Amino acid sequence: MSLGAYVDGIGVLGPGMPDWGAAARILSGSGEYRPTASELPAPSILPVAERRRTGRVVRLALAVAMEAVQGAALDPAQLPGVFTSSGGDGANCHEICSALAAPQRELSPTRFTNSVHNLVAGYWSIAVGAMRASQTLCAYDASFAAGLLEALVGVAIEREPVLLVAYDAPYPPPLHATRPIAAEFGVALVLTPGRSARSVARIETVVAAEPAATLDDARLEALRCGVPAARSLPLLAALAGGSPQVAPLEYLDAGTLRVQVQLCG
Amino acid sequence: MDRIPCAPLVLAAFTATSGVGVGNAATLASLRSRRGGLRPCDFDGVDVPTWIGAVDGVDAQPLRPGCARYDCRNNRLAELALGQDGLLERVRAAAGRHGAQRVGVFVGTSTSGILETERAYRRRDPRDGPLPADFDYRGTHNAFSTVDYLRRRCGLAGPAATVCAACASSAKAFAVARRMIAADVIDAALVGGVDSLCLTTLYGFHSLQLLAPGPCRPFDAARDGLSVGEAGAFALLERVPPSLDPDAVLLLGAGESSDAHHLSTPHPDGLGARMAIERALDDARLDAGAIDYVNLHGTGTPSNDRAESLAVRATCGAAVPCSSTKGATGHALGAAGALEAVLSALCLGAGLLPAGLGTTRVDASLGVNYLTDNRAAPLRRILSNSFGFGGANCCLVLGTAG
Repeated sequence: MSLGAYVDGIGVLGPGMPDWGAAARILSGSGEYRPTASELPAPSILPVAERRRTGRVVRLALAVAMEAVQGAALDPAQLPGVFTSSGGDGANCHEICSALAAPQRELSPTRFTNSVHNLVAGYWSIAVGAMRASQTLCAYDASFAAGLLEALVGVAIEREPVLLVAYDAPYPPPLHATRPIAAEFGVALVLTPGRSARSVARIETVVAAEPAATLDDARLEALRCGVPAARSLPLLAALAGGSPQVAPLEYLDAGTLRVQVQLCG
Repeated sequence: MDRIPCAPLVLAAFTATSGVGVGNAATLASLRSRRGGLRPCDFDGVDVPTWIGAVDGVDAQPLRPGCARYDCRNNRLAELALGQDGLLERVRAAAGRHGAQRVGVFVGTSTSGILETERAYRRRDPRDGPLPADFDYRGTHNAFSTVDYLRRRCGLAGPAATVCAACASSAKAFAVARRMIAADVIDAALVGGVDSLCLTTLYGFHSLQLLAPGPCRPFDAARDGLSVGEAGAFALLERVPPSLDPDAVLLLGAGESSDAHHLSTPHPDGLGARMAIERALDDARLDAGAIDYVNLHGTGTPSNDRAESLAVRATCGAAVPCSSTKGATGHALGAAGALEAVLSALCLGAGLLPAGLGTTRVDASLGVNYLTDNRAAPLRRILSNSFGFGGANCCLVLGTAG
């Protein structure tokens, strides 16, 4: 069973990749990759009260979501959303577990509220006034492919554009040693059922039993392996036009979600 | 372009384990006899004045041999629940029929096995100590842990994900699987929810001042908060076969929305809830008048119940009988949606409109027909509501085939 969609907007934020334009230059081979720590923009789209409560992972995810929506020139309030992450806000999780291990066990309401895995979906809906359905998924290292599949099912069934947002950020110690996510990385795609003037590519996907695509550049490959959301990099490289147009992405077991990319001329 | 309609699915098997019983027979017997499962909190040294809906026997439940890395309260609860009512066998048979690749797993949780991490943090040096060597993040803490375990346990190899939308998680798991089947990505799915007691939720809801000091009293004029529960509930969803027992239970519709209002308080007018109910009815191609009973989200907090009452009145009217089974089970959080879908399926089969336990004086200002006594009546269509932090809303319509 194959599922397809057009990619109308792309957002990327990761080490040495401040946006999709920069990422595309690197992934297409026309720019050298120099990983540097990400600068996350303040989430100015949120009301002030909510802005104060957001951690880095929310800022990361909102930034890529907004870049993708602007690229697609669509009203974000009208888009159903699929959010996917292996771990949510790991820094917040560390603070909660530390507080609960202390004798007085004092937990702040904001810490608890931010502990939900769907906090990004919640903040995004508030930021842009999106009252449409949203999903938040987790499939460990397969989280990106699981989210892409869910978003493509949404496009196929609802026959309307869907926003996919994948994001992961490192846990602080001591959790980092048990789940060593290497960097902050976020990616967002606006997937649409029909071609538009904004369409970057057509993608067709099928679940396959083949090894995941790797990247030739050792630093990019380290990023792909080091962050679940960066398992998307072979797809992003194909969308940037710099690599084979078939990108098997890591999925469950030893399988992949095989994505065929046809760039829109 | 119009959306592609999702056909009804049959709950080919289903089971519930919660504070009111392990498996369907015990659960239904509790509902029939108005036996609640709440008791003063005695969990893991928690010193919060509240009541909980704990499942007996979870700690004694072994996992399948060879799955030691998944050992945590959440997965023990999953294993306990999966072993009831022949569910495991029915899921394995479905894998044999459709092929393991064509059976998905979509299960909701809010806290997964974070209790293990809480305990691991208590065993480390708080200044800079590592977590103990026996702590297994992937097997226990990560939100995917239970789905990972269930796939192995049932021998399934189809698409899978954990659905994480706080207290709407496992209702959404039904909606996700429904679309996957409609898109022909899979032929069947193990859906459900598993959420277990932990300190994060007990102290967290306490910090928000949302815990009732006694057993919760949803829709009561003097309601004063929720009682945290735990549950494992599953269903096997498949396409409707050509011939079906008239008593078979169908998933007729699902409706979702986002409040876009606040992370932890509902839209004051119940707007998001109302949209989700309307979409669920629309998806089921039913008028509101077809709903015989509403299983409310009904947590027992003042603002949640008020917002929900506005949504129910605006969509289904003031007369439709409704109640919250959380008065019996407590709020099973990420498992609540699946638990209440299965309770609804049991009520359809039994012709039982269950009383909302704990509630003695219904809040008349909410203007709904809240049941404080069990009622026996033929039931064909039930609406089950689930709303969560992050403004996540999901409503399911279940009904009999005949």
